[in-house]
Amino acid sequence: MTLHQILFFAIAALILASTGLAITRRNLVHAVIYLIFGFFGSAFLFYLFGSPFLAALMVIIYAGAIMILFLFIIMMLRVESPEERLFPARQLWPAALLAAAYVVIGGLLLVNDPSSGIALAAALTEPAAFGTYIFQSSWLAVEIASLLLLVALIGALLVGRRPVKEGED
Amino acid sequence: MGIPFGYVLALAGIVVALGMICATARRNLIMILLGVEVMLNGAAIAFIAAALRWQQLEGQAFVLFIIAIAAAEVSLGLALIVYLYHRTGSLDPEHYNTLKQ
Repeated sequence: MTLHQILFFAIAALILASTGLAITRRNLVHAVIYLIFGFFGSAFLFYLFGSPFLAALMVIIYAGAIMILFLFIIMMLRVESPEERLFPARQLWPAALLAAAYVVIGGLLLVNDPSSGIALAAALTEPAAFGTYIFQSSWLAVEIASLLLLVALIGALLVGRRPVKEGED
Repeated sequence: MGIPFGYVLALAGIVVALGMICATARRNLIMILLGVEVMLNGAAIAFIAAALRWQQLEGQAFVLFIIAIAAAEVSLGLALIVYLYHRTGSLDPEHYNTLKQ
């Protein structure tokens, strides 16, 4: 087992543990903090797979901006945590059966696929080469993404402009 | 490097499944949005692994756009959550059936 394999398994265990803890917490602040650690694990994985620029973006945007926005909203709203309940039993059984079937079939598919045993080769994408590639071959998608961000900004301003009082309309 | 492609795909699949469980089974709008984030994260892991498997940069470009779209989705989703909270005083989706009364 090489160092890269050990690193991959350690990072995968970290991601799964912190994400699993995050989605089961009652306290929303704890959930967000655990999820920040999960995104740090994803950033490690991106770095291991040779894209340091995306690893930096993962830390800066996902863990640094998006999750902090969640924290702001949670602290602003003073959320009560309602009584959690899973599905009622008559909905749980078909859901559990379907999920188990998908897990079994997906696992068999992965095991039997000859290409899934192909070992990934190490590679490194320089941030400069990545930027050149983005702006040469998908500049239109960059423009569309910037337009989408502008639309989201306007929409967030419009929706969060003024709290509507109960019974006003 | 020697990491089989299937292992990374399995990791991405498990992460997406965890996010799906969070988005369907929790009773809190903020947790539902967090579940969507986890699912996007799993998709990004699969794209990065595919970029490395075929040695193409398209996968990494997709991850960049996933991050941009997640930022837009979260800002608008959280604004909607704040609006709903001010309107109904609750984050439980079961309290939003005001048409029933």
